[in-house]
Amino acid sequence: MEAWSRFLDTFFNWIIIERYFPAIMKGVVVTIEIAGAVVVTGTLLGLMLAIARTFRMLPVNALIVIFVDVFRALPPLVLVLLVYFGLPNIGINLPSFAVLWLVLSLVLTAFAEEIFWAGILSIPKGQWEAARSTGLGFLATLAFIVLPQAIRLTVPPLTNRTIAITKNTALGTVIGVGEILNQATTAQSFSGNATPLMMGAIAYVILFIPVVVLGRLLETRFAWRRV
Amino acid sequence: MEAIIQQFFNLAIMERALPLILSGLRETILICVLVIPLGLAGGLACAIMSLSRLRVARWVAVAGIDFFRAIPPLVLLIFIYAGLPFAGLRPSPMTAVAIAFFLNTSSYYGEIYRAGIESVGQGQWDAARSTGLKGYQTLAYVVLPQAVRNVLPDLVSNTVEVVKLTSIASVVALPELLYSADMARSVTFNSSPIVLAAAIYLVMLWPVVRLISRLERRVAA
Repeated sequence: MEAWSRFLDTFFNWIIIERYFPAIMKGVVVTIEIAGAVVVTGTLLGLMLAIARTFRMLPVNALIVIFVDVFRALPPLVLVLLVYFGLPNIGINLPSFAVLWLVLSLVLTAFAEEIFWAGILSIPKGQWEAARSTGLGFLATLAFIVLPQAIRLTVPPLTNRTIAITKNTALGTVIGVGEILNQATTAQSFSGNATPLMMGAIAYVILFIPVVVLGRLLETRFAWRRV
Repeated sequence: MEAIIQQFFNLAIMERALPLILSGLRETILICVLVIPLGLAGGLACAIMSLSRLRVARWVAVAGIDFFRAIPPLVLLIFIYAGLPFAGLRPSPMTAVAIAFFLNTSSYYGEIYRAGIESVGQGQWDAARSTGLKGYQTLAYVVLPQAVRNVLPDLVSNTVEVVKLTSIASVVALPELLYSADMARSVTFNSSPIVLAAAIYLVMLWPVVRLISRLERRVAA
């Protein structure tokens, strides 16, 4: 019984919960803002790059492939530190939340481009030919025939990738972005109690469980089965 | 231009940081050798549980998998590393990394295995069982080999994610590749060591990323 109350006191201390609840909520808001900005920027840029790739201009495509490969191969934390500590030394000063937004957006752009491109490639050539033969131009075919079918296929993999990348907002704590993890570790060191960490973890679960479950549902609904 | 080269591609500084960074690379490889097999094994256990005929086992597996997919790995790592001492346990950085990665990567690998096992037709199970193979033998010799082949691109791509993820171990002061590079950066006030570390990650992972793109295209075709 003694151990149990000590456990509660360390991880679910009511006084500490009350004291640091506002701070954690502030972190939740920051996390949601940055995650939202990253999702919008990353998927839009990724879609634009995938569309640019359909014009099959060799130098442009080579550049896109290199960009995508580099951002898929590098750990996001490496990029965060590189941008955060490197840019000020060449005269560019970005606030830490902007660094986090920029890096995660570019990472999502890279993955989204790959997914959209795979979706576009998976549309049979006959669809293009049939659309063109009815008199639609290249762009109209892309916009009204190919993309609507391609994007449908990309929903499940894109959702999963987006969840994984938005969770990386926690990396912001390393460069002092006041998101959930940052608020939680600060509160933990001030209070000398593990309750804020527990609160942070719970906040993440509440934020992300719905998205994870949604991703699971989409996967069965849109069933992109590779047999 | 001069400033950029000076700040990001300073060969003299890279040379000085190289020994430190190479020892970091050794540590990164050590983490990978520890956590990838752990994750693959844990993932298989998750997948088998989530396909079990027992409803309770299925629910526990799915709830566990979704829980650990919802928590950012860095949060999990810091919780284990900074939170457990309050409960009287003091994990070393490597132990904390091993536990956090085990929980996180098992759930991701578990989902991939599950998709793979589900993609193998029921007929394969029935046929194997009718030849006299037991349930676990059917799984090991008939179903899993086909399942793994079907989801190979996903398994490889998740493994790349795990290798990239080892960089968060730097946050709990485990002297791996990124930690060593960042140490060198803070001593020299120059970002070249981090560029060098990035180059090492690229050399390790770029070939695999290319391979995944090709594998994915082949499966899609």
